[in-house]
Amino acid sequence: MKVNQISVFLENKSGRLADVTRTLADNGINIRALSIADTIDYGLLRLIVNDPARATEVLTEQGFTVAKTEVLAIEIPDRPGGMAGIIDILSAKGFNIEYMYAFVGRSGEHAIVIFRIEPVDQAIEVLKEGGVRILTGDELHAL
Amino acid sequence: MYYWDKETECMSADRLREIQSERLKETVRRAYDKVAFYRAKMDEAGVTPDDINSIDDIVKLPFTYKEDFRENYPFAMFAVPLEEVVRIHASSGTTGKPTVVGYTRGDIDTWSECMARTLGAGGTTRGDIVQNAYGYGLFTGGLGAHYGAEKIGASVVPISGGNTKRQLQLMEDFGSTVICSTPSYAIFLGEAAAEAGIDTKKLPLRVGFFGAEPWTDSMRREIEEKLSIDALDIYGLSEVTGPGVSYECMEKSGLHVSEDHFFPEIIDSETGERMPDGEKGELVFTGLTKEALPLLRYRTRDVTFLRPEPCACGRVFRRMNRVLGRTDDMLIIRGVNVFPSQIESVLMEIEGTEPHYMIVVDREQGRLDQMEVWVEVSPNMASDEVKKLEAIERQIEREIESTLNVSVRVKLVEPKTIQRSEGKAKRVIDRRDLG
Repeated sequence: MKVNQISVFLENKSGRLADVTRTLADNGINIRALSIADTIDYGLLRLIVNDPARATEVLTEQGFTVAKTEVLAIEIPDRPGGMAGIIDILSAKGFNIEYMYAFVGRSGEHAIVIFRIEPVDQAIEVLKEGGVRILTGDELHAL
Repeated sequence: MYYWDKETECMSADRLREIQSERLKETVRRAYDKVAFYRAKMDEAGVTPDDINSIDDIVKLPFTYKEDFRENYPFAMFAVPLEEVVRIHASSGTTGKPTVVGYTRGDIDTWSECMARTLGAGGTTRGDIVQNAYGYGLFTGGLGAHYGAEKIGASVVPISGGNTKRQLQLMEDFGSTVICSTPSYAIFLGEAAAEAGIDTKKLPLRVGFFGAEPWTDSMRREIEEKLSIDALDIYGLSEVTGPGVSYECMEKSGLHVSEDHFFPEIIDSETGERMPDGEKGELVFTGLTKEALPLLRYRTRDVTFLRPEPCACGRVFRRMNRVLGRTDDMLIIRGVNVFPSQIESVLMEIEGTEPHYMIVVDREQGRLDQMEVWVEVSPNMASDEVKKLEAIERQIEREIESTLNVSVRVKLVEPKTIQRSEGKAKRVIDRRDLG
């Protein structure tokens, strides 16, 4: 149910993002989704890639600090109110959404949004009860 | 020209020399007899108190270093029993342990006298209201200035540092005529006064005594303009006594050393050889009257020179130039001594951090000194959330602040981006223009 995400610490200086994307490209790793959280001094680049273990390895070799986190890839109806329905389910139960961002590909008629929710296992239960489809890593990478 | 004790400050050079020789002999004798540390050091150097017959013999004595205070922590450098010690101050050590200094009642009198000379050289009298914005506490600045002003008989306002709004309020309402603070705080106060719409030209404030951190003549002009006062430089260090070791007169051209109490030498810091007046080197002090804590040839690590020519004010005391730099890596941030090694010890104690760091000091126009510490993120800190990284930054900030007593901004940087070098790593970028 859970998808592996990698997060890379980047100082705010030119060329650092390019260093990450170049390293991944050189190793044949495909970026499927990404988001950046930034402060004045640095940013955290969060990535969903087709081979997170290999990506972690090559980035660490290049001297980057890499964190692994489990996130959820959730199908959302691509129409007005689609996102609201999901958020309502989570907020009704008091879940804390740390962050979320869109996935590039689509699952049929659905958009896919990456969620980082705490606590994640209970969130999976609640979402399933609400009839929400959560993609596995394999399903996600097959898209 | 103003004087607190013109007779002493303007005595003849011969008389001064006589006093210095006599006092040195007594001090060396007492240090040798009462402090095991000095006796061992002199025995090792093959010098006995009998070898010291005039002030010129001072070069025969071995040096004392800041590290000696650490090894004799806390009280083993004292020459008197604690019953006779009435005050204990402390400043930063190079690592963990602070540098501890003690004073007898006689020492406090001497120190007060020297601070009275300092304040008196700027015209402070019993009619003045002295707003003392130096920090009170273990730091010698606050109480040093306080006792000097009281000795003169001025009305002291012991407001201590910070709380700018209240500083300005009391300055206006009390009509303070004299201010004591660090130079960077004086500039800050001047800016704050302008922002509050206070016309400093209309205030009775007349003169200020600024020290405890390095500053420049351009800062002097800025302070004088912003606060509409005369700004005088003062120098001191707690090992020697505290503020009042040397002071500027209204000539504003170098600091007169109270040479009847603290004998200055300039040495080549590499060879230890005495340099002639006028040449640049490390400043070394010997206390000539210190009771609780005799101090023989103490290496201050401050770099400056002694001016050979007499001053127009007529004081017999030689002038030292403003401090030009350090022979070690000590930084002075808002009056607080900071050694990079202290930051390193703090980082070593925080789990998950590595001791790869850089200290960046800046003094923006009209602002107090800002110290930033860059710390490399370690694999343990890896996170997908900014708030976790920020929590780590705040934790390191708190730890450093509680150790150094000075505020700091911590910034995480990428691993391996801070220079590693063989031997002495460069740990400090000082962007303050202290030319």
